[in-house]
Amino acid sequence: MTREIEAAANIPVVQIATIVPIMLTVGANRIVPGVAIPHPVGNPAAGPEEDRSVRRSLLLRAFTAMTTPVTEQTLF
Amino acid sequence: MTYRIVHYTNQFFAGLGGEEKADLRPLVRPGAVGPALGLEQALGGEAVVVATVICGDNYMAENLASATEDVLALIREHNPDAVTAGPAFNAGRYGTACGAVLEKAAAVLKVPVVSGMYHENPGVELYGRNVVLVETGDSARGMKDALAKMAEVTRKLLRKEPLGPAKESGLLPRGIRRNVLHEKSGAERAVEMLLARLRGEPFATEYPMPTFRRISPAPPVADLRKATIALVSSGGVVPKGNPDRIRVSSAESYGAYDISALEDLTPDIYESIHGGYDRIWANVDPDVVIPLDGMRALEREGVYGKLHPVLYTTTGTGTSVAHAERFGREIGAALREAGVDAVILTST
Repeated sequence: MTREIEAAANIPVVQIATIVPIMLTVGANRIVPGVAIPHPVGNPAAGPEEDRSVRRSLLLRAFTAMTTPVTEQTLF
Repeated sequence: MTYRIVHYTNQFFAGLGGEEKADLRPLVRPGAVGPALGLEQALGGEAVVVATVICGDNYMAENLASATEDVLALIREHNPDAVTAGPAFNAGRYGTACGAVLEKAAAVLKVPVVSGMYHENPGVELYGRNVVLVETGDSARGMKDALAKMAEVTRKLLRKEPLGPAKESGLLPRGIRRNVLHEKSGAERAVEMLLARLRGEPFATEYPMPTFRRISPAPPVADLRKATIALVSSGGVVPKGNPDRIRVSSAESYGAYDISALEDLTPDIYESIHGGYDRIWANVDPDVVIPLDGMRALEREGVYGKLHPVLYTTTGTGTSVAHAERFGREIGAALREAGVDAVILTST
């Protein structure tokens, strides 16, 4: 889905998920490793403050990824 | 009745010349020319080749879109019941030309189309899903056999008879799976396959692993502060009650939801229906899967321009690659239309 959105729209698609090898296999070009499978963009067990803070830092990393020119599959 | 066939071939097989004639523009000859003669013979009077359309391989390769249209126009004049091409064996330019012509003919004329290729011909990868291809050897030494197989398959399609499984009918697989009743359960067949493997005996998988294509990365966002960013997810988070009944696994659809009025995904309005992970945390706070609250905060701070008002979401567990790719194409087209600059896609 990531790859086909990027191909169809010609815009960067940053994928945030936990299993990096799968993202590499399916052809995601800009990859941000997430926290855990059931909560890729949060850490609820660590309390609300840490949860929000990790979500914010992952989103900021995704912004870095979408504004960075890449020529091949890249982890941010 | 006698069926009408129009055949496509290149300058070489039409006997018009070799590489020096590869720039030949599309032309049509009445009746069967070149391999079409053998094809017609193999069809045993049930069908006649009413015309043969010929084009040089280089001309076709260098003008694929327009040349395909020109060839189609010539084919169409003869009002065929089926269109055949090749066989192209392992000739790359010719295979691509045959595939492009037949794919177009099938789509526009809605008639059966048949060619033959060696499994490594690039035309197979490009057009093999939409064009019926018999498997041939890698060179024209296999002509007689290839034409016999093409005739057999063309005859079946003209009579509207089922083709049967690709490997049993000598076809290259089009990636179509049909349900059949098997006398042994999947467990038994899997164990038999494993034992055969351990004994070093041949075995054939019933579900080949997909091969994924790669694309070159899209250019980056030039100005984040003006960028519209969309959220997409395969994490199974949907409006409470799952109004579009997206499947909990093996999804065949996705949802598009207006989030323009939402600041935060709370459990009273959104929930996870994903069948492939423990949903406890996602149902306490769906933002841990789709980071709406974080995106709103960064939007207010002006870190980026604005959040796209539509959220696209589905479940990504057991979902077939073909469906996932279709979701991606459709969502991508909608986002392009809406002028979105980038996507954050979260997956579980």
